Amino acid sequence: MAKRNKAYGLLAEYETTHDLYEACERVRDAGYGAWDAHTPFPVHGLEKAMGLRPSIIPWIVCVMGFSGAALGFLLQYWTSAVDYPLIIAAKPFNSYPAFVPVTFECGILFGCFGAVFGMFGINRLPTLYHSLFNSERFLRCTDDRFFIAIEARDPKYDREKTRELLESTGALAVEEVDE
Amino acid sequence: MSHYIPPFHEHDLDPVEGRTNLIQTAPTYSELTETVAHPIEHPNNKIWWIFFMGALSLLGLFGISVAYLLWEGIGIWGNNVPVGWAWPIVNFVFWVGIGHAGTLISAVLFLFRQKWRTSINRAAEAMTIFAVICALSFPAIHVGRIWLMYWPLPLPNQMDLWPNFRSPLLWDVFAVSTYFTVSLLFWYVGLIPDIATMRDRSKTAIRKIAYGVLALGWRGSHRHWVNYEAAYLLLAAMATPLVLSVHSIVSFDFAVSQLPGWHTTIFPPYSVAGAIFSGFAMVLTLMIPLRVWFKMEHIITIKHLENMAKIILLTGSLVGYAYAMEFFIAWYSGNPYESFAFVNRAFGDYWWAYWIMLTCNVVTPQFIWSKRIRRSATALFILSIFVNIGMWFERFVIVATSLHHDFLPSSWGYFTPTMWDVATLLGSFGLFFTLFLLFVRFLPLIALSEIKSILPQANPHYKAPKTGGDSVSKSATGVVESREDVPVRKAPRDTDSVSAKVVVSDASQAIDVRPPPDKGGGQDPPEGKTDASADKATEDEAEAEKADAKKAKAEKGDAFTFKPPATAKSGDKPSDDGEEG
Repeated sequence: MAKRNKAYGLLAEYETTHDLYEACERVRDAGYGAWDAHTPFPVHGLEKAMGLRPSIIPWIVCVMGFSGAALGFLLQYWTSAVDYPLIIAAKPFNSYPAFVPVTFECGILFGCFGAVFGMFGINRLPTLYHSLFNSERFLRCTDDRFFIAIEARDPKYDREKTRELLESTGALAVEEVDE
Repeated sequence: MSHYIPPFHEHDLDPVEGRTNLIQTAPTYSELTETVAHPIEHPNNKIWWIFFMGALSLLGLFGISVAYLLWEGIGIWGNNVPVGWAWPIVNFVFWVGIGHAGTLISAVLFLFRQKWRTSINRAAEAMTIFAVICALSFPAIHVGRIWLMYWPLPLPNQMDLWPNFRSPLLWDVFAVSTYFTVSLLFWYVGLIPDIATMRDRSKTAIRKIAYGVLALGWRGSHRHWVNYEAAYLLLAAMATPLVLSVHSIVSFDFAVSQLPGWHTTIFPPYSVAGAIFSGFAMVLTLMIPLRVWFKMEHIITIKHLENMAKIILLTGSLVGYAYAMEFFIAWYSGNPYESFAFVNRAFGDYWWAYWIMLTCNVVTPQFIWSKRIRRSATALFILSIFVNIGMWFERFVIVATSLHHDFLPSSWGYFTPTMWDVATLLGSFGLFFTLFLLFVRFLPLIALSEIKSILPQANPHYKAPKTGGDSVSKSATGVVESREDVPVRKAPRDTDSVSAKVVVSDASQAIDVRPPPDKGGGQDPPEGKTDASADKATEDEAEAEKADAKKAKAEKGDAFTFKPPATAKSGDKPSDDGEEG
């Protein structure tokens, strides 16, 4: 530990979702901003305990889905009625009922791209290195333990006071993690 | 605790929700991780290699068939006028149908909050992707000149021509490729947290790098989970209409044509029901041996198989209804060609195929009405094989019987497959099983993060007793969620085996400890007995106990004796006594 020069923050370990939930409420009420909970699975309702706002993914999907559908329709309209109009089976050039399936599929495809790549973008994935990976105990984050990490860059962060707060929330252990 | 799996109990209830627990052995999170990671980390190489070599040989057959086809042309198959669409299209529709269960389980059951999907969705999604790969390969080779495969894509080209968007075949290109892309994304998004689990357990550098890159640096952040869950829900919401549209569009290939036997409006719903039917049958075919092989009977329980069997019964009956309705409409339409097509289907040259289809698809699932059969893994496995066969024949009947008697008797014919038809079909199974075996060898078969989240203790309202471990007592003073009016018993609830039985009610919190088997009268005491022995163990809480008796939750068969916290075995793992200063 002597070699440490810069700390990423404090990492507290919890055994149950219940402990984590109550601890998150305490950290939230203490007014921290740059902190996070780390869990092996989504703990439902934790966003309330953490005071997080709802995800903006639905808006991305909405915009992407409708633009995908519009693009799909335009592609069919432009190729069939503008760029190279061909009479096929005596149908009008803009035979829009026949364009419904491809329009629909394009909408779904772009909406899904919006959901997945929007999620990657907002979550800044891939991030192959993260300071928390320096902690040995953090390996259990993807197995059976629950963590709260409060970052040193938070204006309210105080090495001693923050540690006291985390210890008082029933943490199994509190550890300082290197940058 | 090795592999004892207690039988199903109606009274194994979730203490918070009061519903029957899906995972009956009440495992801890890490036990689940161990179970799922075991086949990847300690593979039974011998069995795996035997199966893999078998699958690989069939894949080789597929390679040879396709190579010969490309060299020689589709004349090597039995397709010929009037049966121009034969086995390749039959196989295409068959594989696409199988590919429907995965997304149905992932998306539709997710939207309906069917928690039992979590045990089977990962494998079913993988099955979907591999089945769609097999499906896509058939139209690709059926075009004969595979180097012109890009023609259906709207690419600018030297001829200045665009594809004809009024053709159902082109809708098919968009539908199936969208379906493949979306299924792949859905599967991968679901896999990310579990790949992160595998990364954190990796011992070798190759695994660390491979899983590390695939996990994208996932660290279980709740700020990530919020977006992740929103994305997952929306993927499910979009995949649901998608899965229904895909097989509808595949059936448009037939229904939009003018051919009696194909030109029916019932085709889209009937094909979707058939696709779900065959897909669930394939899930059963795969999961029943896998759960035994990987010792996952407590995760993929009889209850899961029973639920799938019920869906097979429902969709099988829908398919049966559609068969009957086709005949009714053929008669009711008054169209002689339409009537002929269906009489010819049942009693013409291909009568044998029709009756195989009818027996396998309509008669076989009716056995599922019997509770004994639908709760027997062996019986369901046999049933599922019949359904798979029946659904292949359904597509064969639709394609071949409608085509082989053309409008003029002079153009009647009879289709017979060649050895290359058979080789290609068998080979496609090789492609499917090779991919599936690679999947079970290297990726988690069970959606770990999802199955953990349906355990009772995953709910933040589930108040577990504090452990007797030192690391807890030194930091947890003052904030334990105990209430003063009810004494909280400290039970050694360590991370490797949860042995304490926990009963929670609004009024009080009490801990119920399951007695050792000899004391409680056998490993699985009936409800009354559990209560009686629980009272013995916690006399001072008898009142609270009785109020909660209906929520009593039987535990694992491990013998466990209740001890005061002082002598309780510590639940801490070595990593827990980390630095505090």
